[in-house]
Amino acid sequence: MKIQEADAKSLLLAQGLPVPPWEVAHNPDEVKAAAGRFFASGADRVVVKAQVLVGGRGKAGGVKLAATPDEARAVGSSILGMDIKGITVRKVLVGAAADIVKEYYLGAIIDRASRRIVLMASAEGGVEIEEVARQNPGAIHRVSADPEMGLLAFQARSLGLAIGLRDPLLNPFVTIAQGLYATMKANDADLVEVNPLAIVAESGADGKPQQRLVCLDAKITLDDSGLARHPGLEALRDLDEEDPTDAQARKLGINFIHLDGTIGCMVNGAGLAMTTMDLVKHFGGEPANFLDVGGGARHETVRGAMDLILADAKVKAILVNIFGGITRGDEVAAGLIEARGQQSREVPMVVRIVGTNAAEAARLLAEARFETATSLDEAAEKAVAMAKAAAR
Amino acid sequence: MSILVGRDTLLVVQGITGREGEFHTRASIAYGTKVVAGTRPGKGGQTAIDGTVPIFDTVAEAAKQAGANTSVIYIPASGAPDAILESVDAGIRTIVCITEGVPALDMISVVEAVRRAGARLIGPNCPGVTSPGQAKVGIIPASIHKPGRVGVVSRSGTLTYEAVQAMTDAGLGQSTCVGIGGDPIIGTTFLDVLKLFRDDPDTDAIVMIGEIGGSAEEEAAAFAAEHLRGVPMAAFIAGRTAPPGRRMGHAGAIISGGSGTAAEKIAALEAAGVRVADSPTQLPRLLLEAGYRA
Repeated sequence: MKIQEADAKSLLLAQGLPVPPWEVAHNPDEVKAAAGRFFASGADRVVVKAQVLVGGRGKAGGVKLAATPDEARAVGSSILGMDIKGITVRKVLVGAAADIVKEYYLGAIIDRASRRIVLMASAEGGVEIEEVARQNPGAIHRVSADPEMGLLAFQARSLGLAIGLRDPLLNPFVTIAQGLYATMKANDADLVEVNPLAIVAESGADGKPQQRLVCLDAKITLDDSGLARHPGLEALRDLDEEDPTDAQARKLGINFIHLDGTIGCMVNGAGLAMTTMDLVKHFGGEPANFLDVGGGARHETVRGAMDLILADAKVKAILVNIFGGITRGDEVAAGLIEARGQQSREVPMVVRIVGTNAAEAARLLAEARFETATSLDEAAEKAVAMAKAAAR
Repeated sequence: MSILVGRDTLLVVQGITGREGEFHTRASIAYGTKVVAGTRPGKGGQTAIDGTVPIFDTVAEAAKQAGANTSVIYIPASGAPDAILESVDAGIRTIVCITEGVPALDMISVVEAVRRAGARLIGPNCPGVTSPGQAKVGIIPASIHKPGRVGVVSRSGTLTYEAVQAMTDAGLGQSTCVGIGGDPIIGTTFLDVLKLFRDDPDTDAIVMIGEIGGSAEEEAAAFAAEHLRGVPMAAFIAGRTAPPGRRMGHAGAIISGGSGTAAEKIAALEAAGVRVADSPTQLPRLLLEAGYRA
């Protein structure tokens, strides 16, 4: 589950990391009021940042500076409602603009190959780490945390030294790196990224100029499998950005991803669902969705899945592909028959059910006069032909 | 011979009294697997599966008193890491965890403990392991198998069934079919299974079913290029048309930052001399083209 920058910053703050203050605003007046408070506490300029769960908001014009509360209001007004990669901006983060001396990248990920939490750092901060990895892989430094003892101070220090940090910023870096690791553990996150981690110039308590490291941005994704033991984190799910069909699918226990094609797919198992999409494409069609009904789907799930598929007006044909193991073919067939009796519109469908209780499923489907297929390839070809015929 | 499970397997089922545990234990026994024990803390001394399988309170007792050397876990995600560690502590050498939805951070610690103990964990979130004609541990349907000499390894569940069914339909039997699981952190990787198949005198050819996400297929390809040149191999990679940045059902199946794509994996496999199918139904033909004769 992806969470917004403001929520990610709250999680970092909870682990004691240095994150400059911010406010979240939902309309231009709130932006102006928030900006006013930052100017009153000494800010020269404020930054207004779109809160969306997609990357590249800076390039899309979703991050802007303002020198007065009125300018902040105008800037906020231009960002709120903006479309960034298909997402409408509904809220912005407002904070004092930092006087940035240098930007770094620091991230914690779950590394599959080493089966460890790996901390990555780069002196090339502020740009996408994938971009750095492509163009200058040597600029990314890594250390693996010990599965038992965690990220040790000497490891974090070596990372800080590798990106060029020295006294007095080295020890704060160690604290921040260990804080990222702690944030990951505390929340069952699978990614915690601070980009940029920045050296900023400010005036200290004594009025003298000083430099310190702060987390200017934050990106966290949570492991869906860990959410059950962090009930509080569920509240961070941004329903504004979630497709309503996603919420419906989640309730049904279905994995559903909306795509742009015309052939609705209902499959059991994620790998087989991907393969079914791939074959639709291979035979010249376009899948309308990825849909995994999961193991042991019963007829209510099948009916719910059919509703999700039909809710997409672009769907011209439906391909049902079930390889029964835990899932019983006759249950799925009964669900399909029931769904057809209730569905909002008539769409041609081809059904392939093999494995557990396939013979009983075949009998039910034959009685109900469903179009069926034996092999996966045949099912995909038929669905593509149906979609093409319906489009004519 | 076969790998991981076989005639020597003496199985303890952790969670034998649960719905899935009982159902699949019956199927394993019907297939001829030696199920010597089940565990259900607090019900030790009772029996399961119509009085045929003794229930123990702990895996340690099942190992000591019934001689169990392999375990299979049908315990909900919240208890699965503990179940794995209990098996490790009891000296079980081969542990198969079917459970899905185990948090990745838990698995980092668990996999480390398994490694230190010198045990082997298959999964989690996997369909299990079958050595056709010998033993079936997990949920892979018995009907799709045929004994033979092709080793099958896969990250997926039902897609594995599809591939194995295609092989059986073409008359190509299997030595062992291993579902390694679709999670980011798993106990046994493609690479581990390829090494086992290489060293197995009863495996003459290999089928590998991968999917988008991670780099395990690329690592397997590098191993194949170096150590499996003479072995007929065919592969299938699911997710050629998957959109980047979306998790395709399995926690591990995601194209992120432009890496983990099907195209990269297919290229790596082909460069290693592995034939890659456009559909799982083509796998038997590709194995024959690679020189395999059943």
